[in-house]
Amino acid sequence: MNEKELEQKANAIRKDIIEMLMEAKSGHSAGPLGMADVFTALYFGGVVKYDAKKPDWEERDMVVLSNAHICPVWYATLAHAGFFPKKELKTLRKLGSNLQGHPYRQSVPGIESSGGSLGQGLSIACGMAYAFYKMDKKNNWVWCLTSDGEHDEGQIWEAAMFAGKYKLFNLTQIMDRNNIQIDGYTEDVMPLEPLKERYESFGWHVLEVDGHNIEEIIDACQKSKTIFEKPTLIIAHTIPGKGVDFMEWQYSWHGKTPCAEEGQKALKCLRTLDGKIKSEDE
Amino acid sequence: MDLIKNVYQKEKLEQKPTRDGYGEGLVELGKKNPNIVVLGADLTASTRCDWFQKEFPDRFIEVGIAEQNLVGVAVGLSLVGKVPFASTYAVFCPGRNWDQIRISVAYNEANVKLTGAHAGVSVGEDGATHQGLEDIAIARCLPNMTVIAPCDMIETKKATIAAGEMVGPAYLRFAREATPVFTTDQTPFKIGRAEIFREGKDVALIACGPTVHEALVAANELEKEGISAAVVNNHTIKPMDEKTIIEIAQKTGAVVTAEDHQVMGGMGSAVCEVLSKNHPVPIEMIGVLDRFGESGKPDELMEVFGLTAKYIKEAVKKVLNRK
Repeated sequence: MNEKELEQKANAIRKDIIEMLMEAKSGHSAGPLGMADVFTALYFGGVVKYDAKKPDWEERDMVVLSNAHICPVWYATLAHAGFFPKKELKTLRKLGSNLQGHPYRQSVPGIESSGGSLGQGLSIACGMAYAFYKMDKKNNWVWCLTSDGEHDEGQIWEAAMFAGKYKLFNLTQIMDRNNIQIDGYTEDVMPLEPLKERYESFGWHVLEVDGHNIEEIIDACQKSKTIFEKPTLIIAHTIPGKGVDFMEWQYSWHGKTPCAEEGQKALKCLRTLDGKIKSEDE
Repeated sequence: MDLIKNVYQKEKLEQKPTRDGYGEGLVELGKKNPNIVVLGADLTASTRCDWFQKEFPDRFIEVGIAEQNLVGVAVGLSLVGKVPFASTYAVFCPGRNWDQIRISVAYNEANVKLTGAHAGVSVGEDGATHQGLEDIAIARCLPNMTVIAPCDMIETKKATIAAGEMVGPAYLRFAREATPVFTTDQTPFKIGRAEIFREGKDVALIACGPTVHEALVAANELEKEGISAAVVNNHTIKPMDEKTIIEIAQKTGAVVTAEDHQVMGGMGSAVCEVLSKNHPVPIEMIGVLDRFGESGKPDELMEVFGLTAKYIKEAVKKVLNRK
């Protein structure tokens, strides 16, 4: 996919997220919208190795979503990538659905580990990376997505120490640095900075990217695969609620769902790329 | 039942810590299955994982004093085909890291084996903080979790090997102090099957862990007083062998449970859950009664908490009066 196609894909994923949330009438809005470009880069920018027709393919990369509450973006991305039919997206959070409120590995192809309690995913990713690199000498890569807010959890730092000690170079963590969490801005709730220096002191290589520049995200991911004997953290600076003007930067939209009217407004925002495309008004 | 000779003469029995059985079981498993991995959290020697570490250094992972990460790393290993054993004390696992066990292990149906050493009062002098008296309760309430409390060193070895060969999350608890070795290599052991170690018709003593031996001693002494007591080694607390438990209750009409754990939520509670629904009989429960432990020699503590044969006999008399 070229740059334009990737941007269109991210936008299509954002629309699906809004429609899923409107249908479900519950779920998180800001995080999934903010990470649509990162997920597009991972699955459509040639970063993650996968075969949607063979989700158990031995050579596949592992993707672990530690901040599992943003799963609508993962579900939409996996559906676009062909892991399951797109029509299933509308079942999000409904009784009997494969698409649980937080991901359940037994019901969704492409999801390697269930999650929902913050701070746990990085440890799991470490275990996978350890097995591939230290024990089986295999080339499968491990991609772990985390949020900035979940870095309040002590377990994240236990895992960060572990990855540094064992030089898990085959692990790339992508942190959604959107600066918000439920109670407010991350630096007000519990200051996390200096994140780069903290991770470097734990033995990680750290890259920072504009989390909405898909080319930049792809480049950083590819670069992370060239780093010798160190795990890599990519701090993706994102705008929570990206693409929907009235949600952007609003921490009140972290765990909120658009009502019908807000949803229509949001979809219009995405269709017109936040007013840049005027044809709709004509 | 195939038990050791002199089983009722405690002073003549060899005493070995159950954790030694864990160490031996791990080495045997490691030889059979190259996917067995052991994780230690700065308690490698005292959980006997060092025996495995010496044989298979490439398959031993030190995570430091970090029990939450211990479990997470184990889950990651299991999701790519390894069979990890995560080892520390019961107070820390499942104590310290219960949410990680709930989500990363149990909900994930990860093939992870959790082991809690130094469970019960047998850690003695270390006192309340290190005596794992709640681990059965918090492990058995988790969906998908198998919970096993073997009765001696030989059974611990069998349980370790069986846990490594089954697929799915399991928790095994061990004691610290040496306890009588009274089973043999021939004593049957199968996860999910309670073993009747002694037949009896007046009352059934249902026990797990080192208190199984106390129950046997109690039954032997009760016989001299004309009371016929059956003894059941109920090592698998979950999934419980409901059939055996119901049948023995039907046969005897009275039950005493005994365990080295809080009565609240423990093995005895699980027995009550089965019997109250299927075949209610009078039950007395031996265990720790809603209090923390304290420092002391393990046998002194067994006395203070009322976990010995003497107290089991008293409970039998009480339960027989209620029949």
